[in-house]
Amino acid sequence: MTPATLLRQITDYASRANPYPLYAELRKTPVARQENGVYTVSTYWEIAGLLQDPRVSSDMRSRAPQAACGPLAEPEEDTILPPSFIGLDPPEHDRLRGLAMRSFGPPHTPRRIHDMRAELTRMVSGLIDDFQGRGQADIVDDLAYPFPVMVICKLLGVPHQDEARFHVWADAVVAGLETEPAEEAGARQRAAQQARLELGRYLAGLIEERRRAPGDDMLSAMAAGHGPAERLSPVELVTTAILLLIAGHETTVNLIANGMLTLLRHPDVLKRLREEPGLAVPLVEELLRYEPPVQLIPQRTALTDIDIGGTTIPKGAPIWLVVASGNRDPRRFPDPDRFDPERRDNQHLGFGSGVHYCFGAPLARLEAQIALAEIARRLGDPRLVDDPPPYRRNPVLRGPRHLQVAFDGLTV
Amino acid sequence: MAADGAAQEFRRHGRAVVVGASLAGLRAAEALREGGFTGSLTVIGDERHDPYDRPPLSKQVLLGRISADDTALPRRRAIDARWRLGVAATGLDLAERRVRLADGEEVEFDRLLIATGARARPWFRETEAALDGVFVLRTRDDAARLTRRLSAGPRRVLVVGAGFTGSEIASACRERGLEVTVAERGPAPLAGALGGVVGAIAAELQRGHGVDLRCGITVTSLEGDMAGRLRRAHLSDGAVLDVDVAVIGLGAIRNTEWLAGSGLAAGPRGIACDAGCRAFDVHGIVTDDVFVAGDVARSPHPLFGYQFLSLEHWGNAVAQAEVAAHNMISSGLDRRPHLWVPAFWSAQFGVNIKSVGVPPLGDELVVTQGALAEHRFVAAYGSQGRFIAAVAFDQARWLDFYRVLIESAAPFPPVFTNVDRRPEGMRPVPADFPDPSLPTHGPTVTLSGYSPSERRLSFTPARA
Repeated sequence: MTPATLLRQITDYASRANPYPLYAELRKTPVARQENGVYTVSTYWEIAGLLQDPRVSSDMRSRAPQAACGPLAEPEEDTILPPSFIGLDPPEHDRLRGLAMRSFGPPHTPRRIHDMRAELTRMVSGLIDDFQGRGQADIVDDLAYPFPVMVICKLLGVPHQDEARFHVWADAVVAGLETEPAEEAGARQRAAQQARLELGRYLAGLIEERRRAPGDDMLSAMAAGHGPAERLSPVELVTTAILLLIAGHETTVNLIANGMLTLLRHPDVLKRLREEPGLAVPLVEELLRYEPPVQLIPQRTALTDIDIGGTTIPKGAPIWLVVASGNRDPRRFPDPDRFDPERRDNQHLGFGSGVHYCFGAPLARLEAQIALAEIARRLGDPRLVDDPPPYRRNPVLRGPRHLQVAFDGLTV
Repeated sequence: MAADGAAQEFRRHGRAVVVGASLAGLRAAEALREGGFTGSLTVIGDERHDPYDRPPLSKQVLLGRISADDTALPRRRAIDARWRLGVAATGLDLAERRVRLADGEEVEFDRLLIATGARARPWFRETEAALDGVFVLRTRDDAARLTRRLSAGPRRVLVVGAGFTGSEIASACRERGLEVTVAERGPAPLAGALGGVVGAIAAELQRGHGVDLRCGITVTSLEGDMAGRLRRAHLSDGAVLDVDVAVIGLGAIRNTEWLAGSGLAAGPRGIACDAGCRAFDVHGIVTDDVFVAGDVARSPHPLFGYQFLSLEHWGNAVAQAEVAAHNMISSGLDRRPHLWVPAFWSAQFGVNIKSVGVPPLGDELVVTQGALAEHRFVAAYGSQGRFIAAVAFDQARWLDFYRVLIESAAPFPPVFTNVDRRPEGMRPVPADFPDPSLPTHGPTVTLSGYSPSERRLSFTPARA
């Protein structure tokens, strides 16, 4: 099997339930040029190295014109918003991320996430209460999706009743990361950009309201700014809000759903979690290694020729960092295909690394810890109805579309 | 094999003694148990406290965010040790393999690890050092005393010496709203560690935060009142300052006096040991049952001309302790070299400073990312055409990349393109160390591999 056809197999929907044997194949060539010109990087140390390598750009505009391939085609400049900080390099990236962080985490707002713990637990309890009187629930639709959406709405200050509207846009934006059918790539891209624009318009309206009547939320804080030198421009505010809303909305759902699926496949661990809720902390780290919600990072570009893993990635070439494969690299993790919630030295790539390390990591961790511990505690004898469950199409943000679980009664 | 047999026997039934109950001592004790050591383990420390962490003492503790008592080091595992805390080791008998303690007890060992670290260098005049209001900052007790005094709101604090500790103390004082004068003998703060170019930025940071920074100056005397309270400081330029508190930040002295006459190569610069952490005796012959780790050790580093480096770095203490412990219970080819690339960090005036490599060995630097003027940059240091160090101000997340360049003897100045490179970052400038010490002509040595068991050197001899 050549590496070229291998990548197509990986992105093929038929492989979604279990891409890991294909990643093992991919790791035989740690840095490999694919038929579409993309360089895949699949081994831990090489991925970690490139995540911290300033010769690698996150800005798609750094890409050689002929290299605008893969799931992220060249944008049509006049119809789109500029990139958010996930798609920018320093110094712009640092400035925007720093301003967004001011109202989210340390050093200026160290307690925001910590102080949400009780509220997060109430949200999960409420959602599980609704399972009452049923013998079966869809962990995705009934918990893993609505819970993070409630959280990100609360955090940003987006009205939860608008969920039906922005959900459609958010789905269309992340569909832009899909790879098939290949002939519809252009249409998918245009739809994604259109959706991003509409989501941006919606958020711009909200930001205006928050500016007039500020609340205790991030949109209000970001709109208020911190003096003229430290303020996001109106467009930067909108692109940052889009990023946070989508990231808070399309990733944690997979962490929770993948987590529940993994637990149902490891009933001994599920039983332990019920008895020792503290296990949720290392368990979520192991999940981020074993079944990361973001499987690969497809938007990096070499700014210069880079020698790595016995290959030279040429200047301007697109790079895909297959973090889910690096997380299973036996040179880094002993017995990597084993799910071991007590794994030591677990420096996984589930949140990436370097300056683009997941902005929302502390929130995602807390959400997953609370959700999984509560499900384990409350559902009586939970059983998986379909194994494997049906998956979402997306190869980048990978997770079950539904996760039907049968159970016998609820603990209060 | 006999040697293997001895290591096996030691691992099962041996008597291990660790002198020094701080970071290196604790981590070594844990690593011994982690490595399967089932013999008896004794840990000796002169402070009465359980092992605690020092970096917070000059940061969060001085700011009053955490108490000095809340700095206990997290334990990685149970170590089932006999602890002898609050008792200093006072002597070593190599022939009889015994450590003498201040209370008269003698502790026998089969293998010994010395991790006695360093202590703060006191003010040079004892009567002045004894004045109420004159402090050093090294231990938990020092930090508690100084914090109490800062909370009382002194009119002005004098910090003597603008190294990392002095600069962090000045930063904490300003954050508390206290007036601070910093007196530094050199041309700029941190200039000894980072050079004059970066030192000038550190000076901007201090002045920008309201520090009365005076460089090229020494404190000649401290003056007290009748009650023995510090009142004034006299400076070498004739200035006289009214101060209630003076903190002496003049570096550290290695705790080796207790080894005088022991036959080990121990002196003011530390205890010389090989890259496997085995101590040298005074003949320059390596011992096989005495190991050294942490601030008190001096060991040759292949990447830096095989110079004996003494590193007062948190990360070095941990890494060296782990190597020492591994080698105590291993033999022959199973033993590992301590190949840690020096790295440290500091937090001061709202900036996170991080360094990798050995900046003072560099003669030139180039700002490869960001800009000095923004106080947000990476400065890469080179010597004789290769990367030797990098220093980041608020850009720490890139430093692993530079560590690999240092390990692989990458050519300097760098020719690659990278994010956030500015026009000023295209040409190297002299790094401007006050007393440049250049490495000698030597072989090119590079370091490769990731896990400790696969770290390897490649050695290319220099041409004659």
